[in-house]
Amino acid sequence: MTLLIGSITIGLVLALLALGIFISFRIFDFPDITAEGSFTFGAAITASLIVAGINPVAATLMAFAGGLLAGAATGLIHTRFKINPLLSGILVMTALYSVNLHVMGKSNVPLLSQLTLFTWVEHFSIAVSGKDAITSVLGWSVPVKDLWILLFCLIMIVLFSLVLLWFFRTNIGTAMRATGDNDQMIRALGVNTNVMIVFGVAISNGFIALSGSMLAQFQGFADVQMGIGMMVWGLASVIIGEALINEKKLGLLIAGAVIGAVLFRLLVAIALRWGMNPNDLKLITATFVFLALVLPGFMNKTKKIRLVK
Amino acid sequence: MLEISNLCKTFNVGTINEVMSLQNVSLSIEDGSFVCVLGTNGSGKSTLLNAVAGTFLTDSGSIILKGKEITKWPEHKRASQIGRVFQNPFSGTAPGMSIAENLALAAKRGRKRGLGWGLTASVMSELKSKVKVLNMGLEERLETPIGKLSGGQRQALTLLMSSWLKPDLLLLDEHTAALDPKTASKVIELTERIVNQGKLTTLMVTHSMQQAVNLGDRIIMMHQGEIKYDFRGEEKKRLKVPDLLALFDELRRKDQIDPAVAELLMREYV
Repeated sequence: MTLLIGSITIGLVLALLALGIFISFRIFDFPDITAEGSFTFGAAITASLIVAGINPVAATLMAFAGGLLAGAATGLIHTRFKINPLLSGILVMTALYSVNLHVMGKSNVPLLSQLTLFTWVEHFSIAVSGKDAITSVLGWSVPVKDLWILLFCLIMIVLFSLVLLWFFRTNIGTAMRATGDNDQMIRALGVNTNVMIVFGVAISNGFIALSGSMLAQFQGFADVQMGIGMMVWGLASVIIGEALINEKKLGLLIAGAVIGAVLFRLLVAIALRWGMNPNDLKLITATFVFLALVLPGFMNKTKKIRLVK
Repeated sequence: MLEISNLCKTFNVGTINEVMSLQNVSLSIEDGSFVCVLGTNGSGKSTLLNAVAGTFLTDSGSIILKGKEITKWPEHKRASQIGRVFQNPFSGTAPGMSIAENLALAAKRGRKRGLGWGLTASVMSELKSKVKVLNMGLEERLETPIGKLSGGQRQALTLLMSSWLKPDLLLLDEHTAALDPKTASKVIELTERIVNQGKLTTLMVTHSMQQAVNLGDRIIMMHQGEIKYDFRGEEKKRLKVPDLLALFDELRRKDQIDPAVAELLMREYV
């Protein structure tokens, strides 16, 4: 049960990553691999600031700001210098690897004895229900503090989803969605699509860096390698969400990305529990995304062939 | 209203595919006039329209719209003055967004877009009444994604969108070319109604000579990047399709003669 709650919590933290990927990949149709760098960037910024004694809330917000910058860099490289989106992302991701090492000063920063957002939640839990309180969920005994952390993450992700939903319904947010849907049309209606792309990719990476920052605080360390494979991970979450929701409504798509992230994390946890070699994780994730991208088209084809026969 | 002078544009400069799409094109359009642009394929008629819309920047010359020099303005900045309908019905609307959202986007053409709610109640009721005028039953389907509509419906909505805020200039780029004849005539009917109601200054590219004869108060014929004929007033009213066909034939014949003449001259003088 503790494992389950831990997985859901990490799933909720990674839902921020899924939301970021949803913005770049689905709203803007921009395959943005900056994610791998900005995820670590967020973790690195928060970890270094926390170690330096900065307030965890400020450290988390700085991670968000760092993500915004990284995304804006990718967006500017793409729009100003007409470099293909994927390559723009690769350039920034590669550059961020060095930046991250500089920010952290070494390849791994432990946070175990530091004050993080989650230590605050733990303090809160102790204040409310006492130290080492245990409760029972469906017959399993579970530390109360884990439940509080879960609730904290849940509230946070619901809040961010609502903000995102609200934003994409405002005038400027609608214009952003139109930029990804039909840029020629929205330019003819007076919107500077380049500004929209820079802004959108920045927000996307802000969310991704926030996810990295929260994960670092939850697991108690930041590592320079932790961003590897995160784009595909986020993509897998978004795709699972879409398969579940099967609707084009914006609110449902956002909810889908969050649910997809949690579900995907659970699937991975179960697979690892059943003895899957952790080294195979990325291979399997990539295969999964590949199949998810290819299967719908393949199924339509076979359907048509059957109809012809 | 619109003053174009000595506009030049060459594509693919320095390559084997170099095309001089616009060669010293000058054109002046009065306020409220409806100009049809005719021309053979590759004559530069769409290029002229796109040059005014700002899809690309021209090599030389100037464009002045309602007293403002817009020659160097980027496309999105010109949109505050210009409404556009494209040839491809898919170009003018965002397929994944609802009818209501598309129209709400158009209701802010060229204006500042802030953090205000997009689909407010007042915008909703206004767009409902506007869509009703189309008589296509779309006012009941405002939540439908535009991608689910037919080409004709999308083109009608694009027309509505381009003229929602009265544009100083309406650019129609063969906007019925991709439609079947029946739908095309409906869209043309709507075009006429919208242009007349708003007294819009309009520049319409078409290759239907019938449309050019029936619509508007001026016809311009382009060929090889130049304006060859310009009919207006009584002259335009008298013009019939056979006259236009004859003019096209003449242009084509000149084309065929030209290289032969050149060869002749070469032999004479070299």
